[in-house]
Amino acid sequence: MSIDTPEKTAAAAPPPASRGGSFGDNADAVQRFLKNIPWRSVAIVVPFLLVFIALSIGSPAFLSAQNIGNVLDRQAGILIIAAAATLVLIAGGIDLSVGATYMFTAVVCGTIIVRVGGETGAALGIAVGILAGLAIGLINGIISTYLRINPLIATLAMSFIILGATKLVSQFGKEGVGQIRVDVPEFRWLALLRPLGVSLPTWIAAVVLIVLGVVLWRTTFGRYVYAAGGNAEAARLAGIRINVVRIATFALAGTAAGLAGVIDLARTPSVPENDAIATTLTFTVLAGIVVGGTSILGGAGAVWRTVLGILFIAMLYNGFTLLRIDPLFQGIALGVIILVAVGFDAWSRTRSR
Amino acid sequence: MPDLATAGTPQLLVELRGVGKSFGGTPVLRDIDLTLAPGSVHALVGENGAGKSTLSKIISGVYTADTGQLLVDGNPAHFSSPREALDRGIATIAQELALVPELTVAENVFLGHEPRTAGWIDRKKLRAEFVAVAERTGFDLDPDAVVGGMRTADQQKVEILRALARGASLIIMDEPTAALSNHDAELLHGVVRQLANSGHTVLLISHFLAEVLELADTVTILRDGRHIRTSKAADETESSLIEGMLGRSLGSVFPDKPTVDPDAPEVLRVTDLVAPGVNGVSLSVRAGEIVGLAGLVGAGRSEIAHAIYGSVPRASGVVEIDGIACPADIPRTLKKGIFLIGESRKEQGLVLGRPIRDNVTLSNMAQVAPGGWVRTGDERRASRGLLERVTVAGDDRRAVSALSGGNQQKVLFGRALQKARRLLIADEPTRGVDVGSRRAIYELIAQQAEQGIGVLVISSDVEEVLGLAHRVLVVRGGRVVAELTGDAMTEENIITAAFADPTPVGS
Repeated sequence: MSIDTPEKTAAAAPPPASRGGSFGDNADAVQRFLKNIPWRSVAIVVPFLLVFIALSIGSPAFLSAQNIGNVLDRQAGILIIAAAATLVLIAGGIDLSVGATYMFTAVVCGTIIVRVGGETGAALGIAVGILAGLAIGLINGIISTYLRINPLIATLAMSFIILGATKLVSQFGKEGVGQIRVDVPEFRWLALLRPLGVSLPTWIAAVVLIVLGVVLWRTTFGRYVYAAGGNAEAARLAGIRINVVRIATFALAGTAAGLAGVIDLARTPSVPENDAIATTLTFTVLAGIVVGGTSILGGAGAVWRTVLGILFIAMLYNGFTLLRIDPLFQGIALGVIILVAVGFDAWSRTRSR
Repeated sequence: MPDLATAGTPQLLVELRGVGKSFGGTPVLRDIDLTLAPGSVHALVGENGAGKSTLSKIISGVYTADTGQLLVDGNPAHFSSPREALDRGIATIAQELALVPELTVAENVFLGHEPRTAGWIDRKKLRAEFVAVAERTGFDLDPDAVVGGMRTADQQKVEILRALARGASLIIMDEPTAALSNHDAELLHGVVRQLANSGHTVLLISHFLAEVLELADTVTILRDGRHIRTSKAADETESSLIEGMLGRSLGSVFPDKPTVDPDAPEVLRVTDLVAPGVNGVSLSVRAGEIVGLAGLVGAGRSEIAHAIYGSVPRASGVVEIDGIACPADIPRTLKKGIFLIGESRKEQGLVLGRPIRDNVTLSNMAQVAPGGWVRTGDERRASRGLLERVTVAGDDRRAVSALSGGNQQKVLFGRALQKARRLLIADEPTRGVDVGSRRAIYELIAQQAEQGIGVLVISSDVEEVLGLAHRVLVVRGGRVVAELTGDAMTEENIITAAFADPTPVGS
């Protein structure tokens, strides 16, 4: 972050060769330095490192390879969803149905594995589960753009519909009462394989995060996502089909929820039928995105931020457990952190003006 | 409070002494001295942006003056809200009426100040007070009629009665007849006269000069935030007002107009275009020609631009680029070579939170991102090159919001230059732009024309249109009402065509 030429001289049109000119007086330099601090980034990186260091000192178990590995393995699904949902938020939308989609795809996948069986069943379950997520994402995108229903309401309504559909589908997967269980090796390799000592879900999450991060950072589509959320009218007038861009982000979020549902089914390996799990997942995803510093209003954010945000929350919960603090306080602590994060976002917005 | 309705009209003397006001460092009013004599109709005229609205808002307490004083009956007044001004007897009748359509006339007039008996609205007293107020003005209105079903002129009467019921003695009317039919405008003129006859002061802001001359006792002309003169309406004519509103030009700001080849082909041809706010427009622009679209704010200039660009659906009509029909779909009109720089760069142009570089390349990513993958080096070179051409210096990785208004506008021109266009539409290209950048923008526009690109310039600034354009089209009511070329391109002709009353007043 350097400013080569002060604004005022712009009218005189100096050649751009005057790079790295000397700073003016010191006070000016200090002020410029303060102005150029990327406060948004400081806001997540510093607390993340502080908690990480504090936990490493406070609890010897925290920094063990096994604990870190476990945390990452368990967070793989949520990280995948949150990364894709970050794109939805940056493009100016919001997806409250990711939790429901996650559960739905798990049930669809489990039902197919139970009914079809064998390797075919496992392969079909994985494919159809992920595709179901894609389909839901497309529906979310279309109703919240072309049908002009506010995405908050559209995806809220969709999540009720999806949870209802989940119960319908699960009737086919269950032998009488109880849960759908898919404890078959043809499917569970997805969670149990550990290439290079790291669990496959962690690998998958890493690949998805990097791909989505790079897409946002270095592709035309990524630019359009920022533009659609930052100033939809300007983006439209610049020739961007913002509806298509937004639908694509919803489709990515749906697909990610499908992938996460399938992966977590392989880990567990049974589908807990509990709407609260879907709701909590949605909320945690949004909390992670917001704590990471992606703007709830769209137009600003990044995948790496969401990764830090989600891991920050996971680390906090993990720390509470390791330090044997009453889990009662987890929710309270998270709530306070979200308020601080959003308040900071509002503050940095007014500051940058 | 209810007693105010029956009290006699207090005479109110409002004076301004050396009033100045700036927005974001740009002065919009400078050193204004004005006396509003009680019981008179005082008109305020000037071009768009001359400072009329700002001045009326200072009197009505919406803004506070940066310098100078507002005197009410000789005492300095400091209104921090319209509410305080209203308490001192100053009310504004806005263009947008603020009535409750479901309530009756009397209920609306006393809304929030209903005469009460033990908490219940006293309907009998309400009627009696209404009659008292209405009698003072001579308005003939049924107190029990529901406001929603009334014509606009009568609704304005209700609004005026409401102001009177709260004790207003200075009433500010901002373009009161703009939304009215000819007949209703006549009715309102009667209302204004009745108000003045009953001892009220009316401050009238109007674009209709015939209306001003007919109604006002005194006329004040503002230009560029300065008080030009205040004189008796009887001493003024329409042309003397127009002359006062325009003043002298700063011609040196404008570059030489590039010559247009008389055989140059038409780049744009619009035939019978109908769209929201556009009522059948036909026009054409030749290669290398700069055509100005002049007219008042709200006349339909921007609407024509958007209908051509395809950013609003077209109801009917044809837009052709180089003789080939162009559908109303932005990505396709862009491909055909039309580019629009919108009226509001912050809302329609820039993604403010993003870097300058991203904003420059936004509408032509294909050039720097083959296959959707951004080549950072190509993008940096493209962005730097374009910014150099539009004379914006500094690191293009900064957020575009850090730039001044003039440089932001130049960033949009940079975006326009990224690709060879056929037609460039620039809507208010120098609004909120400093003089230095203004000159640079004019030069960019002239350069584009020199390279054979057709340019359509929309501006409320008549001098700007005259200084840039080869030909001027005057727009009123969504139609092109005059085409001016050569010697006919004068400020007076433009203003006359733009201001001409839709139907003559008082005939």
